[in-house]
Amino acid sequence: MSITINDGVFVIISGLTILSALGVVFSRNIIHSALFLVLAFLGVAGVFFELDAGFLGLVQILIYAGAISVLIIFAIMLVMNVEVEKTNLPNPSLKTHLWGVYLAALLTIALGASIWYSELPQVKGLAVSDAVGSLAELMLGNYVVAFEVAAVLLLLAVVGAIILARGVEEE
Amino acid sequence: MIGLNHYLLLATILFGIGVYGVFSKRNAVAILMSIELMLNAVNINFVAINKFIQPSNTIGQLFAIFVIVVAAAEVSVGLALIISIYRHKKSVNLSDFNLMKF
Repeated sequence: MSITINDGVFVIISGLTILSALGVVFSRNIIHSALFLVLAFLGVAGVFFELDAGFLGLVQILIYAGAISVLIIFAIMLVMNVEVEKTNLPNPSLKTHLWGVYLAALLTIALGASIWYSELPQVKGLAVSDAVGSLAELMLGNYVVAFEVAAVLLLLAVVGAIILARGVEEE
Repeated sequence: MIGLNHYLLLATILFGIGVYGVFSKRNAVAILMSIELMLNAVNINFVAINKFIQPSNTIGQLFAIFVIVVAAAEVSVGLALIISIYRHKKSVNLSDFNLMKF
């Protein structure tokens, strides 16, 4: 058992990701939450790079850290009408908090323990040399129906978002 | 030595934080952000299992891309709904959204 530099990088990146995720949940200012969310997305992109999924890491940075976070920050700016320090207060009811802590702890401990104590299968075969090419072949080969459905879903989401956000015009 | 276990544990912890956020927040935008955290945890699982169990193809990465597509659609429609409700209610507090409760 030797510790390599990859392990150190993993520990740093995962610690950063978990800390930023905690920041998203616990900060009381929603702008800070959104900025922590960008950090968490970048940390997840780092995990993807660490897993030899470079293309997916770039997609994560472009779509999540670029597009989705800008969309969220725009929406926050559009719907803010009180002072900014009190925009992201926790729920006042203690019962909801206890349920949240209970369910989150149950999920994390049960799943974590079952992952930790189970025998995971071993690696089968060698890694593909050209991940992007392999993705493209899958996307336009065996999974072409899912690809087309995803395209239609995006189109419908864009049209639906425009109709919903435009609202009803006053007569 | 970092193995599949550690990646799956990281994803589990992120998912748990997302679950807690969904329960404990009042602001609708904050709840959407927590859901994004949970979707990211699922993506880590897909890619890690792809690398550590069957690296001879990239189906895990492909499904992570589909998850990203669905998450983008979900967040755009969700934010449009929040903006539309805000126009009527002047609030993004979930306890004010009781139009369909009786």
